[in-house]
Amino acid sequence: MTTDRTSPAGDRPGPPPRTEPPRRPAYGFPRRGWAVLAEHPPPGARGIGERWRSPLRGPWLTAVHGLALLVGLPLVFLTGLLDYLAYSPQFGQAFPHDVGWLRLPPFDWPTRPSWLFRVTQGLHVALGITLIPVVLGKLWSVIPKLFDWPPARSVAQLLERLSLVLLVGGILFEITTGLLNIQYAYLFGFDFYTAHYFGAWVFVAALVTHVALKLRRMLTALRSRPLRAEVTVPRDATRPEPPDPDGLVTARPGPGTVSRRGALALVGGLSLLLAGLTVGQNLDGRWRRTALLLPRGRQPGTGPTGFPVNRTAAAAGVGAADTGAGWRLTLRADGRQASLDRAALLALPQHTARLPIACVEGWSTLQTWTGVRLRDLAALVGAGQPGSAHVRSLEKAGLFAQATLQANQVLDPDSLLALRVNGVDLTPDHGYPARVIVPALPGVHCTKWVAEIEFRGRPDA
Amino acid sequence: MRDLTARFRTAYGAPGRHLLLLVGCFAVAGWVALRLAGEATAGRMLLWFVGAAIAHDFVLFPVYASTDRALRAAVGERRARPAAGPSLLNHLRVPALAAALLFLVYLPGILRQGRATYLAATGQDQQPFLARWLLVSAALFLASGVLYGLRRWRARRT
Repeated sequence: MTTDRTSPAGDRPGPPPRTEPPRRPAYGFPRRGWAVLAEHPPPGARGIGERWRSPLRGPWLTAVHGLALLVGLPLVFLTGLLDYLAYSPQFGQAFPHDVGWLRLPPFDWPTRPSWLFRVTQGLHVALGITLIPVVLGKLWSVIPKLFDWPPARSVAQLLERLSLVLLVGGILFEITTGLLNIQYAYLFGFDFYTAHYFGAWVFVAALVTHVALKLRRMLTALRSRPLRAEVTVPRDATRPEPPDPDGLVTARPGPGTVSRRGALALVGGLSLLLAGLTVGQNLDGRWRRTALLLPRGRQPGTGPTGFPVNRTAAAAGVGAADTGAGWRLTLRADGRQASLDRAALLALPQHTARLPIACVEGWSTLQTWTGVRLRDLAALVGAGQPGSAHVRSLEKAGLFAQATLQANQVLDPDSLLALRVNGVDLTPDHGYPARVIVPALPGVHCTKWVAEIEFRGRPDA
Repeated sequence: MRDLTARFRTAYGAPGRHLLLLVGCFAVAGWVALRLAGEATAGRMLLWFVGAAIAHDFVLFPVYASTDRALRAAVGERRARPAAGPSLLNHLRVPALAAALLFLVYLPGILRQGRATYLAATGQDQQPFLARWLLVSAALFLASGVLYGLRRWRARRT
């Protein structure tokens, strides 16, 4: 993988200059305009094509990266869209609120399997991170094109290059905002959800265009060198690909220092390294620590409540005065009301469920929760078949001080107002005196420090 | 009609469906831009969007390419491409690249960015990350060095 401009071996006679490269496409309209542009390169642009030296660059290497991204990126995109649905946009609680037609067809997010959100969001984040080296490798393989002069020879080419700004800007924007979000560093100063969601659509529109235009070329390039044969070629036998119409193969290749298999092993190895340092944030016990450099690789404590939280009681402004003996849970339905203290809740039939709590930042943890079934609480105020339930927290401010649950999320037999976890009382950071836990529901909608639950009727009733 | 198609193709530089695809692409981007134009932070979003591409193409790439060139010059061509045995250059490149990649990906923790939000979310500080990154990087260089030694020893024996 050499990117030498003037190789240290420059004084050594390199391979002889190749015969006539394939013809570049002819100029489009206005021919004179493009020709004049071609004759007036900006300072430094002339001769830059001579400086690319790596014999590895070529359609095949680009196509292999492209194929990996073509398989991986749609999965990242799709899991991202699913996660938007997991927030129940029908209640206006998915961000950004108004996305027009840029969304999947709506459906009620299921509660089964209970690990659904854990997997979709874990995959979104982990796969997104894993693909970073592939993205960078792909950009490395095509970067000489950026310095081509003239930048375009026709309107078609100009438009296509503009779409590449959306493609490259889009993927790097998504990677950057995503990485900053999962590490809580909002350096960008704009709303993450809005930017990440719409940025994804801009990127995907450019990706669809790019794939439609390049798919055939990618397949041709892949067929030109069977992978199985290519991985047997050592460094010294690595030769440049034949000249290609896109000009990815350099005109003056220098001596190579890495074989193609070496380059692929490097990119793949870096991907594995990132994956290995990421998956731990979804594991419990000692394996969590393997996410060495991520916030959720650390256990905040030991014992039955020593698992991560996404908001501390202190940050939520919930203190002992709010959660002490004076705390009451208010239940409402259709004008009826009930008020229960913690002892009254503990006196109700208790149910225990082993459920994951999974966060949009791609971390999750599986714990054993005990409490009162939400559907029992609904029945208590005569709302046997609620259409939804609106849960409010003691927390005053905060984006997630309240959440609305769908009917299936209220009625699932494992949906709880949890009072205890792993056999002990909840701690303040885990939502004492009571918190919601619902299978497959995003963690932030499993409201902590619950003050009130209002069961609402079905819209059609 | 066929004549017209051919003339369009020559003037535009590609067949009609090329234009159709790109119009579709720009329509989505345009719709998003219009939708976001009302946001107070729209300018920042645009800046980060374009800035991400510029930062990669005109900062990150030149930096890593010229670092690599300097490394290659320092190592010397003979040890970069030895006639037999492992390449010292590659045994330096790989851990260096891995360490740099980890630094970029986990930069907020390593450089302790967003302390307040981090604390509110986790109840913890970002204290350990810099040392961990240094240790992981050192381990990568060490592993690569040991492997280099082994491979050289094996190459000499044969």
